[in-house]
Amino acid sequence: MQAFLDIFDIYLLEAVINGILLGGVLALLALGLNLIFGVIDVTWICYAELVMIGMYAMYFLVQYYGISYFIAAPLTILLVAILGALLHYLVIAPLLAAPPVNQLLATGGVLFVLQSFATVAFGIDFRNLGIRLPVLALGDMNFSYARLLSFLAALVGMVAVYLFMTRTFTGTAIRAISQDRQIMALMGVDTKRIYLITSAIGGGLAGLAACLLVLQYDVHPFVGLSFGPITFLICVLGGLGNFIGGFIAAFVFAEIISLGGLFSDLEWGYVLAFAFFIVMMFIRPAGLLARRR
Amino acid sequence: MTGRGRVVASGAGLAALVALPFVYRDPYHLHILVLILIWSFAYTSWSMMGRFGLVSLGHGGFMGIGAYVTALMWNHLGLSPWVGIPVSMVAAGALALIVGYPCFRFRITGHYFVLVTLALSGIVLQVITATRDYTGGSLGYTPNRASGNKLLALQFDDKTTWYLIALGVWLVGIVVWHLIDRGMSRYALEAISEDEDAAAAAGVNVTAEKLKITLISAVMTALAGAIYCQYQMFITPDTVSGIAVSLQMVFAAIVGGLFVSLGPTVGAVITILLAETLRIGFGTNAVGWDNLVYGVLLVLFIIFLPKGILGSLLDRLKPQRKVSRAHEQKAVQIARPGA
Repeated sequence: MQAFLDIFDIYLLEAVINGILLGGVLALLALGLNLIFGVIDVTWICYAELVMIGMYAMYFLVQYYGISYFIAAPLTILLVAILGALLHYLVIAPLLAAPPVNQLLATGGVLFVLQSFATVAFGIDFRNLGIRLPVLALGDMNFSYARLLSFLAALVGMVAVYLFMTRTFTGTAIRAISQDRQIMALMGVDTKRIYLITSAIGGGLAGLAACLLVLQYDVHPFVGLSFGPITFLICVLGGLGNFIGGFIAAFVFAEIISLGGLFSDLEWGYVLAFAFFIVMMFIRPAGLLARRR
Repeated sequence: MTGRGRVVASGAGLAALVALPFVYRDPYHLHILVLILIWSFAYTSWSMMGRFGLVSLGHGGFMGIGAYVTALMWNHLGLSPWVGIPVSMVAAGALALIVGYPCFRFRITGHYFVLVTLALSGIVLQVITATRDYTGGSLGYTPNRASGNKLLALQFDDKTTWYLIALGVWLVGIVVWHLIDRGMSRYALEAISEDEDAAAAAGVNVTAEKLKITLISAVMTALAGAIYCQYQMFITPDTVSGIAVSLQMVFAAIVGGLFVSLGPTVGAVITILLAETLRIGFGTNAVGWDNLVYGVLLVLFIIFLPKGILGSLLDRLKPQRKVSRAHEQKAVQIARPGA
């Protein structure tokens, strides 16, 4: 084992593994967004802001009301799921027939609303949960348990969604609607109900991501901007609505950010990732896994 | 209004606008007017693309380039903004071409175009933040005060001068808007926004037409950024670049009305007055309230009034034009990828 480790630069390996751990959470974020896009054909620009609200919910439940983390987490997931369903009911449903860009901009308006709601209600202070998980030392490498936990929880969440989509009637109906939204109504599937359920699941995934991210990052009203754009780019890179593509793209992106950050500042990691995205858009406009036409 | 009456009315309006600072000298109100004019110009620049369905969230990037390139060249190279502003405009134009050409060539439209441009403004924001040794990072950046010739440094303490400069720039924006509105490009771009394949089949050079309008729009946005920087003498990445600024442009243009020349200006008047009223009314408690109102309005407008305030008003005043403008109801529509 030691000989194997000696071959690589130890920091390089640490960055690679940290990238994989980061990729897990990004993949979870991308999964929710992809689900919404694939089924309802709408991009929620405000997705990361739902996560932000979830992080505040966790903060207040745990810090203010003193509820245990593991009880607060399901409550938060439920809350954000309800928010997701509300978002669909109030904003998206009236716009379903409108041009797609209008839907995108309407959720952009929701982004403003959520961000400034948090500013008004909670102020612009940085808050954190105050839970500091220990650091796992493996050889000379350090990994935070928070990241490891997030990675595992993200994987579990993704498997759960996969099972739901393939093993239940509702899941099957969701997948069928994403293939043809006109025909399914004729087959006796209530599309409105399915859309609401899908939005709630998408919101729930945002809630799960919030529970995990709150362990690693401080929460403030603009925290959504730090991982929101990257989530969209991952979804587009994977091909909007393509779950497996999004999954792979999340890890590619996480590695670029992590390795870019190793050689220089973290910002340059992001710049590299964004530039990589633009170049990839020209090479494979319909996503990494798209079949060439 | 007849053509002649229209010319007289706009001439009189313009004369009133030019005369205003010589009659009315309240510095605070002039300051608000200057801001409204500069942002109106930026929003007008955005709507040149936006009205043809090219919804870009990258304009925050172009604006940031305009502001930062001008300020950096003044501080580090000692080059006057008279040189710096054209250079920054060329830089923004070059970036627009580099990103735009492949986008249009490979038919990246709809959601995908929005998200590619989103990445662009993300890149500019991160580069400004990352090169903090030169740009001051997120703490912001101040162009050095000129010691000698004020005109050479394009720095004036006098609000009246700035008002006239901003008015001139805004007027240029409106004139360019009308030139495009009258030209052949408008028909080509409208055809493209309805159906790219059909437009191409009818002999429209889709890539060239889109590039042209993108270039004009980006260059003008960079100018707006540079003027804003020279006026405020303080810029931060968050006020002149990034996704929030891009969304703000989209918001103001849509609220005012995308499809009429003065629509973005009306949008700027509404948004800036709203923000100022809230700021004065609520003081420091108002942090966030303006954006809260913006956001709610944006959602309501898109659902109930997609043509904006001015667009809907004009339609109501002139019901006979409604037929010819009917396509604009869905002119924000973009050919869906793969459709």
